[in-house]
Order: sequence, then C-alpha cells, then structure tokens
Amino acid sequence: MKALIETIVQPLVDHPEEVNITVEETDEKIRYHLTVNENDVGKVIGKNGRIAKAIRTVVHAAGSDINKKIFVDIM
Amino acid sequence: MREITASGQTVEEAKENALRQLGLTEEQVNVDVIDEGKKGLLGVFGSKRAYVKVQEKIDLLKQGQQFLQGVAHEMGVEVEVKSTERNGELVYELIGEKIGLLIGKRGQTLNALQYLTHLAVNKANTGEYMTVVVDAENYRERRKETLYQLAEKLASKAIRTKRDVKIEPMPSFERKIIHTALHDHSDVSTLSEGKDPNRYIVIKPNN
Repeated sequence: MKALIETIVQPLVDHPEEVNITVEETDEKIRYHLTVNENDVGKVIGKNGRIAKAIRTVVHAAGSDINKKIFVDIM
Repeated sequence: MREITASGQTVEEAKENALRQLGLTEEQVNVDVIDEGKKGLLGVFGSKRAYVKVQEKIDLLKQGQQFLQGVAHEMGVEVEVKSTERNGELVYELIGEKIGLLIGKRGQTLNALQYLTHLAVNKANTGEYMTVVVDAENYRERRKETLYQLAEKLASKAIRTKRDVKIEPMPSFERKIIHTALHDHSDVSTLSEGKDPNRYIVIKPNN
C-alpha cells in the first residue's frame, strides 16, 4: 500500500525523492503519513482537497479487502 | 529526456546528424536552431557551420499508460491498458479481471484514476493541456445512458412537484452530460451550485 501511494504521488510532484510515507498500524486502523517537500504540498492536496480525495479514493479501493479503517494523512 | 546539440553544413544536415545520433525520427523530437550557419565564399572562406539542439519529445500517451499500469499493479489488479489518442484526447481503456475494483461505486475509483492520470500526464507535459479519459468495460457510455435516464426522471419530478430538484455531486464531465440531456427541454432549466468536488446540478421547473 505504501508503494501504491508512492506510485501515485511521485509523478505529481517536483521533488519525487522527498516523498516519504510512514505507517502506523493498530488492530482497527492503518494510518499512512505522507510528507512531501513543502513546495509540493499543494500538488498532493489540490484545490478544495480534490487531489487528496482522489488519492484516498484509490487507496480505499485497494484496501477494500483489508478489514481495517485506512487513513491517509498529508502533512 | 535526451537532448543533444549537433552541427552540419546546413541546418538540415545538422538535424539529420542529431537524429542519427539519437536514433529517432523527426516526429519524435523538438528542434531548436541555434545557428543557421553561413555558406561563405565559394563554400570555403567565412563559412560557418549550422548548429541545432534536438530534444526528445515526451510521449504523453505512454506516460499516462505507464502511470495507470503502475497504479493498477500496486492496487493488486493486473490490467492491460489500451491507449489511443483521438481528437486531442488521451483515451485509456482498462482491460482485465477485477475491473469492478477499478471502477468503484458510481465510477468513483475510475474517476479518481482519471483525474490522477490527467495530473500525471499534464505535469510531464510542456505544451497545451491534454484531456484524459480513463474507461473500463464501456463504463463511460453506460454511465451516459444512465445519466440521460436520470435527467429525464428528475425533470419530470421537478415539473410534477413544481420544486427544484438537486442531484448528488458529480464531476464536471458528468454534469455536462445532464446539462446537455435537458438543454432542449422546454419545461425545465439546469444550473450547477457549490464548489468542486461537491458541485451539483439543480433542475428548476420553468414557470
């Protein structure tokens, strides 16, 4: 799943080498923390969060067979 | 992206040299003339060689295909991505098993993939904005028919109840289908309200 987020995000930013994802997992949920270069933040959130929403939609679809809540946080 | 500078007696010759070195054809590159060169007297005195800078064009169609292939693969779905360019649009068709996972409820996953592919392609693009369409199992055409039927049904409801009817939020290309469907309807008019991604259509009965 981490690789999925990287595959989506890297082509959208100016500094793909600075895309970093950490994972925090408990029994009920998995939380992905996505950080990018500060100049790229807008490129992964988008106007009214449109890009962030699209990323989450794809991640949720991929994780639909995992019985846990999935969160993608963008710092 | 590969780029080289080459020279020759003439611009044409410099260009040919560059293409030979890159192993590409003229359609695959952008050419910048740096120096047109000079023939000189008797082709000897005061002659100057021509210089061109030749840059490999980014294949946007392929860029989008690789993006979709990679994302689908990481989603655990193996697909074949058929890509075509038509009327200035990049069209990708996803073929394979488990396609339902890539379409999602009311096409929301397919729409997200389409939007992300559009961003990835246009990020690599230096020219005009390209429209990207991602389709699977003819979903776009089927959805269009559904939206036409929905539009008719809700238009009747607006007329019958003499009240505005709001439709759930939709992406712009789907709202356009509804507007078009009811454009020639004499008893209702349509407009969009709210901000993307929650922008939605309102059907108003005409008095």
